[in-house]
Amino acid sequence: MAVFKLWRKIRQTGRTAEPAPPRPDGGLSCPKAAALRGSVQVRHVDAGSCNGCEIEIGSAFGPVYDAERYGARLVASPRHADALLVTGPVTRNMAVPLRRTFEAVSEPRIVVAVGDCALSAGEFAEGYGVQGTVAEVVPVDVRVPGCPPEPAAIVAALRGLTGR
Amino acid sequence: MNVIASALAAGCVLAAVGVVAAICAPARARAGLVGTATAGIGVAGLVTGVAALSGQVWQARLPGLLPLAGVQIALDPLGGWFVAVTGGVLAAAALYGIGYAGGGHGPSGRGVQAALPVFAVALLLVPAAASASTLLVLWELMALTSLLLVLAEHRARPAVAEAGWWYGALTHVGFVAILLGLVLYAAHAGGDSFAELRAADLSPALQGVVFVLVLGGFGSKAGLVPLHVWLPRAHAEAPSPVSAMLSAAMVNLGVYGVIRVGFDLLGGGARWWWMLVLALGAVSALYGILQAAVAADLKRLLAYSTVENMGLVFLGLGAAGIFQTSGAPTLAALALAAALLHVINHAGFKALLFTAAGSVLRATGTRDLDALGGLRSRMPATTVLFAAGALGAAALPLGNGFVSEWLLLQSLVHAVPAGGVVTAVAMPLAVAVVALTAGLAVATFVKALGVGFFARPRSDPAQTATESPLVMLAAMGLLAAGCIGLALAPAALGPALSRAAATATRAPVDVVGGGVSLRLAGIASTLSPLLITVAVVVAAAGTAALVQLATRRVTRRRAVALWDCGAGPPTARMQYTATSFAEPLQRVFDDVLAPETDVDVTPHAESAYLVARVAYQTRVPDRVEHALYAPVIAAARRLGRLGPVVANGSVHRYLAYGFFGVTGLLLVLAVTR
Amino acid sequence: MNRTALIATAAQVVVVVVGAPLLVGLMRQVRARLEGRAGSGIGQPWRDLRKLLRRAPATPTGTGWAFRLAPPLLLGTSLVLAAAVPLLTTASPLDHAADLFAVVGLLALGTVTLALAALDTGTAFGGMGASREMTILALVEPTILVAVFALSARVGSTNLAEIVATTLHDPLRVASPASLLAAAALVIVVIAETGRLPVDNPATHLELTMIHEAMVLEYAGTDLALIEWASSMRLTILLGLLTSLFLPWGIADASLAALPLALAALVAKAAVLGIGLATVEVFIAKLRLFRVPELLAGSFVLAVLAVASSFFLA
Repeated sequence: MAVFKLWRKIRQTGRTAEPAPPRPDGGLSCPKAAALRGSVQVRHVDAGSCNGCEIEIGSAFGPVYDAERYGARLVASPRHADALLVTGPVTRNMAVPLRRTFEAVSEPRIVVAVGDCALSAGEFAEGYGVQGTVAEVVPVDVRVPGCPPEPAAIVAALRGLTGR
Repeated sequence: MNVIASALAAGCVLAAVGVVAAICAPARARAGLVGTATAGIGVAGLVTGVAALSGQVWQARLPGLLPLAGVQIALDPLGGWFVAVTGGVLAAAALYGIGYAGGGHGPSGRGVQAALPVFAVALLLVPAAASASTLLVLWELMALTSLLLVLAEHRARPAVAEAGWWYGALTHVGFVAILLGLVLYAAHAGGDSFAELRAADLSPALQGVVFVLVLGGFGSKAGLVPLHVWLPRAHAEAPSPVSAMLSAAMVNLGVYGVIRVGFDLLGGGARWWWMLVLALGAVSALYGILQAAVAADLKRLLAYSTVENMGLVFLGLGAAGIFQTSGAPTLAALALAAALLHVINHAGFKALLFTAAGSVLRATGTRDLDALGGLRSRMPATTVLFAAGALGAAALPLGNGFVSEWLLLQSLVHAVPAGGVVTAVAMPLAVAVVALTAGLAVATFVKALGVGFFARPRSDPAQTATESPLVMLAAMGLLAAGCIGLALAPAALGPALSRAAATATRAPVDVVGGGVSLRLAGIASTLSPLLITVAVVVAAAGTAALVQLATRRVTRRRAVALWDCGAGPPTARMQYTATSFAEPLQRVFDDVLAPETDVDVTPHAESAYLVARVAYQTRVPDRVEHALYAPVIAAARRLGRLGPVVANGSVHRYLAYGFFGVTGLLLVLAVTR
Repeated sequence: MNRTALIATAAQVVVVVVGAPLLVGLMRQVRARLEGRAGSGIGQPWRDLRKLLRRAPATPTGTGWAFRLAPPLLLGTSLVLAAAVPLLTTASPLDHAADLFAVVGLLALGTVTLALAALDTGTAFGGMGASREMTILALVEPTILVAVFALSARVGSTNLAEIVATTLHDPLRVASPASLLAAAALVIVVIAETGRLPVDNPATHLELTMIHEAMVLEYAGTDLALIEWASSMRLTILLGLLTSLFLPWGIADASLAALPLALAALVAKAAVLGIGLATVEVFIAKLRLFRVPELLAGSFVLAVLAVASSFFLA
């Protein structure tokens, strides 16, 4: 019964993904991405964010924006990843884990800092628990500003890595 | 003179030399001399067995040696198979024991060392016995000497004495059963030599009684459930070279006894006998491997694995008997050949596993898998040798256990449904049991190898382990070479196997043959273990080389820290232990295993609500022991307590017993006259 | 062993090696389209593999030879299976290794190497993945071997080439109750062995729900590429085995002329099975771990019924 209802819903809904926007010009967003050639595995690290950026990243990989069609995929372990997607200001507790996660990724490793907090500690800059920005802990290659950044911007950053 | 006769005589002479050396030699040289003598006995046994398997026969009568009946010895291919297996195991285990006993670790007392050569020669002669009394005398000699050997370390641990009690009691219960069966048989046959027993004509009911008694006795020695309870205790508490001999050589003699009496002397018998054997074998296989899968004590795990493998052998025997009584002698010979091949494969990998476990015990002082780990870097050779044994025990394709399991499955799967509905129901269930057993065996040995030897040490003793001396490694290497040979070229044993199986089932010879691949008589399946091994090794090596070549300039392997989610270095105690590895299986089978949990809460003296100490203990007991033996032992205790009531020391009461006893006897005599 | 058989077997191996990531890509694409997404295209697993092969592998401290040997050994067993199982031709030079019991054993050997590597890492996730994988392997064995019994009873042999040849000569056997029940049981077995829904979710990020993924969390770069490739090859070989046992039409014998047709047939059949599997996965959720034994027990009952019907109805 539930199978029929689900099947009818699939038929009715059809395709949810919006048509792909034109490829962002300027080629690859960082020179290290030349080795990727159409495939990037991404590990997301929450270094202390309010989860606003996480919701946008979730939307970016969801059916409407579908970042997977450009060759990006979320993976479960930094060992499997090429790029780290870091959100949030780096709190004191997360500074060492972020560093260790970065070191667990094989070369060439790319860091994408997503959101104003990752770039400049945003709203939480004076907080007692905040250590600093992501760039103070690991070298950042791609920046996605916004509070939170739109899923389209996140998708554009990932497309800049895969080149698709 | 006959090769067999000279080899057996050499064995007996070496045994005498060994006993003298044990009694007279100084403590430092004792173990070496006795070990060498026992290894020589083993080699003599191997020569004897091989000669018997190649077709030579020999028999002898020594009327003066035993009062009333005399000793009769005869060796045929079936006995030769078991003598060869026993000889090989003895040679390697004795060599291992020389290294094990050195340095004050192993047993080196006079009594224990003197018992070893006698045990060895008794093991070799049991398959050569040709009369019931010879068999019984040798059987009891084997039991007594092995009991001494099991008790070797009783001063070190209290569990050893308990193991000795269980072993002694059960081996004698088994002995009484065999005695009753064989004596009943011989009484009706008019003589006790095997030739006379073979020619005797008993009623089917009496044959059934004899078979059941003999099955009980020999089955308890082989570890058939429910008479297996001594095996995990004795094999775990005995010194490791002795454990290897018990598990790899002595339990086979239970199998030999059932084949000899059931197939050869009684001539096949009724089908229900073999259905019973099949059922008992299936239950033993499943129960044994389940207990092994949840065991955290390494030697107890290996002992229960012996119960499982003997269960599989008895399953093959049962299938062979069913086919024989249903009129398919070729198939029966095939099933019997599968059982015999499994006997030798099991002897090979089990001896290797027990000797490797002994090395670990000697180096770390503990058998607890939950406390081991990381031995790969400290004892690299032992790890590789244990891995070879585990590959055989898990019955995976590159190992030797796979071939005999394949053969067993072939004989079950192509069973002619001429046996009717019974066979049609029993064979699929038997295949299912073999399959579940195989799957659980894989899980068990991945646990034993992975948790015990890989990753990092879980406790200090494991951290300070050192590799075993060269003698022990050489002995293990010999066993590993044997296992590899059995894995790659099992068809070389084909003629010997066919001859041994034909002796029992009287079927046409050559059931198993072929050069590089195994070819079976009457079945269209073939298997080439060598081809599979070569293919896998070439493919793996080729892949590695190709990838290395293709990515040489682009990448370089780097050493990294373990991925621990960034929180901090994982300690060795964060690793999975053997108990946690087996927990899903324990949960799935907890109706069968019935694990017990004890939680002991000690509150403070001031208030019952303040907890000072909590002790948590969980264990998986042997359920058969609790359900079957505990009530029997309790009843025996209650009966024993009646003793002081009946014989309370009062002279009046004893006089009354005498008076009423005599009066009653006179009355009975008067009435019956 | 003649030259045409060698060529045909080599073609078989090449097809499996090249086609396995494409099959995985097809399944992912079908899933994406059913979920309303655009999907990354059938060639994405190949792009992933190409990139992974050129990244540096990692050897964590505290691991040993079991960790190092697992990727090539896993791929080696998969290659042997690709050559032995009759996918394109029944005249493989590895015919003496093409016994159904040997195939099952080789699959188990591959799983064991990965489980030992996981235990070798000494992490809690590795131990957990190995423990769960071994439990499922143990519970799947009875179903596989009893289903093999059902299939081989009517053929008189467990040799795969014989079974395929017999089915080709007598096509109506496929519709017999024994065959259908064995097919149903083997479908559940394939799902359990390859770690697909509902037994295991290959795309999960929650470590406590992982079975296969938990064993490979420490692998990176080239090692990871080999393991992913071997996993996709195992899926392809198992789906191909299903088609060879129950839908063998198109498999060539020893002639080269029939190879193109066999290739087209294999591709079509594997694609259909893959699309079907992916479609079913959209509609079901993962079972919790302690419900999986119930599913496997159900498949065991189907297999026993298959044997019973092959005895009593044949």
